[in-house]
Amino acid sequence: MKRYVYINDDESAHDLYCDNRISNRKYTVLNFIPKNLWEQFSRFMNQYFLLIACLQLWSLITPVNPASTWGPLIFIFAVSATKEAWDDYHRYLSDKKANEKEVWVVRNGIKKLIQAQDIHVGNIVWLRENDEVPCDLVLIGSSDPQGLCYIETAAMDGETDLKTRVIPSACMGIDVELLHKIKGVIECPTPNKDIRRFDANMRLFPPFIDNDICPLTIKNTVLQSCYLRNTEWACGVAVYTGNETKLGMSRGIPEPKLTAMDAMIDKLTGAIFVFQIVVVMVLGIAGNVWKDTEAKKQWYVLYPDKGPWYELLIIPLRFELLCSIMIPISIKVSLDLVKGLYAKFIDWDHRMVDLETSTPSNATNTAISEDLGQVEYILTDKTGTLTENKMIFRRCCISGIFYGNENGDALKDVELLHAVSSGSPDVVQFLTIMAICNTVIPTQSKTGDILYKAQSQDEDALVQAAAHLHMVFFNKSGNILEVKFNSSILQYEVLETLEFTSDRKRMSLVLRDCQNGKILLLSKGADEAILPYARTGQQTRNFIEAVEQYAHLGLRTLCLAWRELREDEYREWSLMFKEANSTLVDREWRVAEVCQRIEHNLEVLGVTAIEDRLQDGVPETIETLRKAGINFWMLTGDKQNTAIQIALSCNFISPEPKGQLLSIDGKTEDEVRRSLERVLLTMRITTSEPKDVAFVIDGWALDFALNHYRKAFTELAILSRTAICCRVTPSQKAQLVQILKSCDYRTLAIGDGGNDVRMIQQADIGVGISGREGLQAARAADYSIGKFRFLKRLILVHGRYSYNRTAFLSQYSFYKSLLICFIQIFFSFISGVSGTSLFNSVSLMAYNVFYTSVPVLVSVLDKDLSEETVIQHPQILFYCQAGRLLNPSTFAGWFGRSLFHAVVVFLISIHAYAYDKSEMEEVSMVALSGCIWLQAFVVAMETNSFTILQHLAIWGNLAGFYAINWIFSALPASGMYTIMFRLCRQPSYWISIFLMTAAGMSPILAIKYFRYTYRPSKINTLQQAERLGGPIVSLGTIEPQPRPLIEKDVSTLSITQPKNRNPVYEPLLSDSPNATRRSSGTPFDFFQSQSRSSLPNYSRNCKDN
Amino acid sequence: MMEPHSAPTPKKYSKKPKYSKFSQQELPAWKPILTPGWVISTFTVVGIVFIPVGLASLFSSESVEEAAIRYDDKCLNEIHAQNAVAFIKNDMTNKTCTTSWTVERKMQGPIFIYYQLDNYYQNHRRYVKSRNDKQLVNPASEGDTTNCYPQDKTNGSMPIVPCGLIAWSLFNDTYKFWVNTKSLTVNKKDISWGSDRSHKFGSKVYPKNFQLGGLVGGAKLDENMPLNQQEDLIVWMRTAALPSFRKLYGKIETNLEVNDLVEIVIENNYNTYEFGGNKRLILSTATWIGGKNPFLGMAYLFVGGVSLLCAIVFILLYVIKPRPLGDPSYLSWNKNPGILK
Repeated sequence: MKRYVYINDDESAHDLYCDNRISNRKYTVLNFIPKNLWEQFSRFMNQYFLLIACLQLWSLITPVNPASTWGPLIFIFAVSATKEAWDDYHRYLSDKKANEKEVWVVRNGIKKLIQAQDIHVGNIVWLRENDEVPCDLVLIGSSDPQGLCYIETAAMDGETDLKTRVIPSACMGIDVELLHKIKGVIECPTPNKDIRRFDANMRLFPPFIDNDICPLTIKNTVLQSCYLRNTEWACGVAVYTGNETKLGMSRGIPEPKLTAMDAMIDKLTGAIFVFQIVVVMVLGIAGNVWKDTEAKKQWYVLYPDKGPWYELLIIPLRFELLCSIMIPISIKVSLDLVKGLYAKFIDWDHRMVDLETSTPSNATNTAISEDLGQVEYILTDKTGTLTENKMIFRRCCISGIFYGNENGDALKDVELLHAVSSGSPDVVQFLTIMAICNTVIPTQSKTGDILYKAQSQDEDALVQAAAHLHMVFFNKSGNILEVKFNSSILQYEVLETLEFTSDRKRMSLVLRDCQNGKILLLSKGADEAILPYARTGQQTRNFIEAVEQYAHLGLRTLCLAWRELREDEYREWSLMFKEANSTLVDREWRVAEVCQRIEHNLEVLGVTAIEDRLQDGVPETIETLRKAGINFWMLTGDKQNTAIQIALSCNFISPEPKGQLLSIDGKTEDEVRRSLERVLLTMRITTSEPKDVAFVIDGWALDFALNHYRKAFTELAILSRTAICCRVTPSQKAQLVQILKSCDYRTLAIGDGGNDVRMIQQADIGVGISGREGLQAARAADYSIGKFRFLKRLILVHGRYSYNRTAFLSQYSFYKSLLICFIQIFFSFISGVSGTSLFNSVSLMAYNVFYTSVPVLVSVLDKDLSEETVIQHPQILFYCQAGRLLNPSTFAGWFGRSLFHAVVVFLISIHAYAYDKSEMEEVSMVALSGCIWLQAFVVAMETNSFTILQHLAIWGNLAGFYAINWIFSALPASGMYTIMFRLCRQPSYWISIFLMTAAGMSPILAIKYFRYTYRPSKINTLQQAERLGGPIVSLGTIEPQPRPLIEKDVSTLSITQPKNRNPVYEPLLSDSPNATRRSSGTPFDFFQSQSRSSLPNYSRNCKDN
Repeated sequence: MMEPHSAPTPKKYSKKPKYSKFSQQELPAWKPILTPGWVISTFTVVGIVFIPVGLASLFSSESVEEAAIRYDDKCLNEIHAQNAVAFIKNDMTNKTCTTSWTVERKMQGPIFIYYQLDNYYQNHRRYVKSRNDKQLVNPASEGDTTNCYPQDKTNGSMPIVPCGLIAWSLFNDTYKFWVNTKSLTVNKKDISWGSDRSHKFGSKVYPKNFQLGGLVGGAKLDENMPLNQQEDLIVWMRTAALPSFRKLYGKIETNLEVNDLVEIVIENNYNTYEFGGNKRLILSTATWIGGKNPFLGMAYLFVGGVSLLCAIVFILLYVIKPRPLGDPSYLSWNKNPGILK
């Protein structure tokens, strides 16, 4: 399919293609209600509640007033719908801002300022310097005489260097005025998301030059969201607009993220649902049997001899309704509420405000805070995430003399300054290479300052540093470079540029010194690309040492070298170079070969060391999080060496001999396979050694690994705690996330640039750094933070607390629903299995909505350990990662607890209120009071820190229960008239209540205390240490001991069924979660014995585990 | 008032969220932990409080004098015992029966007379819902017989007041007492809840078409007496939560002395034979805790005892196997730091 774009044709294209209106909205005003309802009802829970609510309309089977379900249901739907509407409104606003941005567009031959949304395909759009490109354009003009323009594509691919774009040859040399009137046709593919390809043709209509078809490539385009830089103006024809731009096409709709915890809650809900069905079936059958045998004799019930056809269904359906409260309708509302608050706590956190820019942290996705506490893998971008993305020249070594070693800044090194001023030839030559051996373009600003526009930040740093040392590169006009050194101006003519490629790892310039006519070759490049080509006889040992020393400091090194060329040597080579440059087959390889012929016999001058400063606190953050059992992978588009250097400097990997870095490389499929297998083998052997083993892979090899050896690579991914992937594309980053996710790991992706967006969206949690590379990543992310170091607090404090709190809240919600449901079930055994509800409608509704939801909501303030303790002992995060606080086992504890409490409440109620006191309303209120008292004490027992709000909520709620019931008891029309007053006057009521409380809570207290003191979890131990005031020390000085050999036969990896991991027997704290999974077949004895020894019913309740 | 100088500061930090102890999660908090001291004293206190309360409850329950006379079987002679259901359903048979009982311990008045029914499901769903509260209190709603099916209307479609199964199955046994051959007055006033009489049953609502719906269930009502004076009905309509329950029949205001011979004449009308339920007549005094019910006292003694036992066990554990709280050496990463590196 092709698209034909008629340039500057104001009529035809309007109807064919969409305008430039960007829309990220999900709803419109009209479809909001049906679409939203449809979406809400596609969730199982909601379908279930709707079914229950509908069944309740049938008065024959409903135990209570239908309002008790319809009310909360409508409320829940209203809340969800409002939230959706609110989000959509915000999307609308941000779209609107982009759509209404004003741009210059040619209309009827005149330049006009119109809104970006009114751009149509075929329009000519004018951009000025630093403008954002509003849609995909094909360039037709630029201020540059050679038709070049520079763009920054950071928002799209995250690369911060400037890229050159050139106008098509057909448009070359068209006068500015004529550009308004240009006509033609562009034949281009239908919209697609490939940002690296654009295969199109252009033909201009007469009178514009020739009639030939001019081919277009991606080099002739500027894409939406790029910025025009260093170019006064440029203009282009809109070819893709609105949501059809390449960026718009690749945006995609991010899938809604579901936390591991939500998945677990869903699973538990499913289990409860099955349990409910079983209960309903059993009771339904029992009820029908009782009805047919016993009820026929109970003459006062007047059962008809022959009932309607649905008679058999009535009793089961009644029980279904009676048991429907087993799945608490309030849990969704409560969870949404507390999740909103977790997000707010992140937004509000003062300790996560970036003071430099005063940017607070922000939780865009309010639903996934718990996942932060369960992160197992962090995939991080490098530039701008770990580093500040500011390159600074720090040290150098010139002819064996180290500068900048004392104060860490060569620019302030007196000796170097002295050497410069004294004009030492080596130093001057060194500075010359620094200043001109690059592709930097100097520009003069109006104030006379010289600004450098560099494609690479390293080159920028070198030129800046040279300028500081009085070697100022101030002008480049055509092939002539002008350098000012100590007030004398030097001119050089560039003869050839030997470009940098990642294979050659060096770049060179051949130039003529205009002062003396000599031809020079200036080279700079990686040590391994320069030092082997040193002049025979030159000692390079010094430089090797320097490189090593700098690399240890995490500095990026470049070696500088030069040599003089003889005139004839240059001539001869120049011919070959031209020839190579014009070959059609294997050009790159041929050029490299030719370059090689001249780049030898070099006089190595020295080594520069550039620092890409790490952000504050990065090594500490990585170390802390690593201690917390989180594995780090670094995914970067940068070079392998740089990546390794940064990794070394931020504790990412350890230097030899403690660490070992295995490299997977290869140019062909076969090489990659062999390399991969070798690494895998090494990795398997070394897992038993206390050694940091990491692997490093580049994008090329990764491509093979991902496409052909996925299984082996996945195995490697599981074995390796650390990995460095360099030169990876955005989609490879996303694929890597996908691999880890497919092994059922919780992944967090953190990045700052547009090239991280896909990875951020793909990962379970996406964190964006709102940094230098724009806000692209921050906008797509679930969380945006100002600095990498806030990640520590985000995970250890916010993630962990959120997990703990939700674990309690969700299980408690089930506990309280089950409690009242069990009582109803027990009651049915003494009411002829007929499905009578012991509790009245008001109580049932208020139980869920008021009595039990308020106290548990304040558990969002609960802190089991103080923030300082957690940061000091990050290992405690294992509890969250392994899901120790919410899993089927802890849930069984809560289930047992509710069963036990139901037995206590029910037995005491019916025995204390037997015979003459067995009035229905009274017994029901006694049982309900018992439930309320017990739940107040349960919440109190599970609360670790009581703020005033907790006290208010827990005890105030208890008082509120009586207040509400007294009000109902004062209304003559209510069924409960006078009941509560009567009860409160009876000593036996209070005696019964205290009995229920004591009988219900003592066993729990006893078991909890026993476990707390004699089988303490690490959390308990830390709590005790923290609160008894003793110093909490981590005895980290003991010599590392060899890691216990968990499983010798690592080849029986469980990667084939990673989903089967059993959350109960997660070995905890004794090893990493990786080891856990590897050894899932052979659980640790220690943990088995612990779980066996614990009592089944209350063993794994929330906090005392 | 040099405002202009201070103005830029808030602007600079405008993006910074407001500080409050709540938003920073720094509210001062009380963080109790389960120290041996706390736990052991809690159990001790529970034990010390519960045992006396239990003793008191048990004592007062024991001080209640109670006599339970089962009469459903006694009031059937051998002939009828074969076919009790036919006997009880037959309007023609003489159902009066007499029984006697000697007072064993002195009973202080007032003495409460209850009838007790066993295996009687007043809490059956079909039964418990079969009433209309509006009809009972408001004369204008007498036609409102929602929920009352199948005892809502007569065959002639006239609304029944009071409608529903509960009222229809009103208990209709009666008792007359003689003490030492002297008739004993049974006070049947104020046996129902005052609130029911004033607010739940209307003073202008009179029974209508009651027990005329074909099948006759239980007692008939005096059509000239408003519902709020029909105290037997009011008591009956306070449905019981358990299948075995007692309902107040009346009160004897005088004392019964030891060896008083109480003769009781029972009109045994109510059909419990069909479903095998028992009928009992209960004479009972009352104390602060109510009637005779040793359950609470026993339960208190049990819970108190177990609490004390817990306290003792924990003290012993604490002495025999002391365990320092919060010892960092229990943290496994301190024991073995190498593995985490």
